[in-house]
Amino acid sequence: MSGILIYSELEEAALGLLTKGRELATKLGKPLSVALLGNEAADQADIYFAHGATQAYVGDDPNLTHFQARIYAAALAQMVTQAQADIVLIGSTRRGRELAPRLAQKFSAGCVTDAIGLSVQDQRLVIERRALGGNTVSAKVITSQHQVIAVMPKLYDAEPEAASAGEVIPVSLELEPPATKLIERRSKEAGVVNLEEAEVLVCVGRGLANKDDLSLIQTLADSLGGMVGCTRPISHEYHWLAEDQMVGLSGKEPSPHLYLAIGISGQIQHTVGIMDAKVIVAINNDTNAPIFKIADYGIVGDLYQVVPKLIERLQQELGR
Amino acid sequence: MNIIVCMKQVIDLEQIRIKPNTREPVIEGLPLLFGDFEKCALEEAIRIKEVHGGKVTALAVGSPKLRDTIKEALAMGADEAIILIDPIFQDSDAMGSARVLARTIEKVGEYDLILLGDSSADEYSGEIPPRIAELLNLPQVGFVREIEVVADNDQMSEPKKIRVARDMEDSLEVIEVDLPAVIGVTSELNTPRLAPLSAILKASRKPMHEWRSDDIGVTAEEVGARASVVEMLSNLAPIQDRKGIIYQDVEEGVIEVIKALQQEGVLTQ
Repeated sequence: MSGILIYSELEEAALGLLTKGRELATKLGKPLSVALLGNEAADQADIYFAHGATQAYVGDDPNLTHFQARIYAAALAQMVTQAQADIVLIGSTRRGRELAPRLAQKFSAGCVTDAIGLSVQDQRLVIERRALGGNTVSAKVITSQHQVIAVMPKLYDAEPEAASAGEVIPVSLELEPPATKLIERRSKEAGVVNLEEAEVLVCVGRGLANKDDLSLIQTLADSLGGMVGCTRPISHEYHWLAEDQMVGLSGKEPSPHLYLAIGISGQIQHTVGIMDAKVIVAINNDTNAPIFKIADYGIVGDLYQVVPKLIERLQQELGR
Repeated sequence: MNIIVCMKQVIDLEQIRIKPNTREPVIEGLPLLFGDFEKCALEEAIRIKEVHGGKVTALAVGSPKLRDTIKEALAMGADEAIILIDPIFQDSDAMGSARVLARTIEKVGEYDLILLGDSSADEYSGEIPPRIAELLNLPQVGFVREIEVVADNDQMSEPKKIRVARDMEDSLEVIEVDLPAVIGVTSELNTPRLAPLSAILKASRKPMHEWRSDDIGVTAEEVGARASVVEMLSNLAPIQDRKGIIYQDVEEGVIEVIKALQQEGVLTQ
């Protein structure tokens, strides 16, 4: 019994996992397949073959109407068994995070969610994820017969193979009806900005005294051609900015070229979200603030003095 | 409605220090507290009980320090607490912890709803709610930020029902769930109350049970270090390769930082 099975309801994530899966499959000497759930799944198999899957296990059932982890985990478990897979890689979307541990439990297997790195060492799959609230990165191996790993959805880019074909294998699923009913899906208030696309990101924290002062931060962001984000208190406690502007653990984790922390002390729950920024600049009136320990450049001073001077100087230098 | 709230005591993450030479975290001796998500789950259980009646039982597995930590749950308004302390439970992985909790819930028996933090503050793995739900063969819904009780009539043959709103990446899903069910909540759900001093003093008079492995019928084959199927190879702070050029003078800082950013090529033209 051996094989790698990929699943994500997000096509982009599944294709990225297949791309990485090709490397793992070669190193571990295992076949690579994909699980596709839902109607007309078989019609979409070609793109997964083009990204490295040699088999597509496809299945549909009226009980797969809306996502319910209990039903989807049961469906996926039947595919794992038919594919004789021992490693299951799932996109760590919110649904994937609910699905992976439940699937693992069906096989009394170990699970790792939100993986940020996969590698093969001594024929073992080594998984990296953050631990201790983002303070550390731990490397883990799963020692049970089955392994279920939920991988951050944008970790690996999708790259098609030169040429490949595969086999579509229908799986007849046996599923119970869900004990849940989807009443409605409300789209969130259209995000003003998508921070993950920001090249320049200006984030503000508790150092800001009033909501009105956000205009100062926005002006700074405008003069840098950037976007405005924030720490959790600003969005989730004061509600001065939208929740999708929160950067850090359980929020956005952008990788801008330039990140400016304004009035942010630098608690790990926030800074873990900007570790991938190329250049970090911190402005804080407390010279001992932890943010300075992770900064490339810092200015110790009152943000209400520093930011206007920065704007003025930037407008001189950049002409805006 | 009888509600069981599973809570985890975590170390105060703000106080973790990193050894500069080895990048190892120093966690020994740090205070243990309940995380925000746990407290939101308990707060919601208390609010539901205040409207619909029933009983709130707080459940936690952990070190002997739980005997103190759990008092906060009782002071906030849990009617009863069960803490699970046993050397056998030590170094359980997520599956081991879920087995302890699920076995305890089975022993408690009468419940309509199991509420818990969607993820814990320290590991943030989100494994416990799905694993408990699987072990108890119940539906699960995570990332829940609103809960409304729809049907709560013991006399009716129809199941008790709640309606929840859960936060997906780009939408809010409103879902009706037949009870019993496992619901993982986020901190947007509510603002947990601070226990008043009088309640803290009275907390130790509320029923608190301490159970061991024998009480719930689990063995070292199922939980703890020996049963763990996830092995940690290392756990280190990431390497931070930052320049650390800090200006104490604002005028100089503004000029020099902008100059440096131009040289780094990160100012868009």
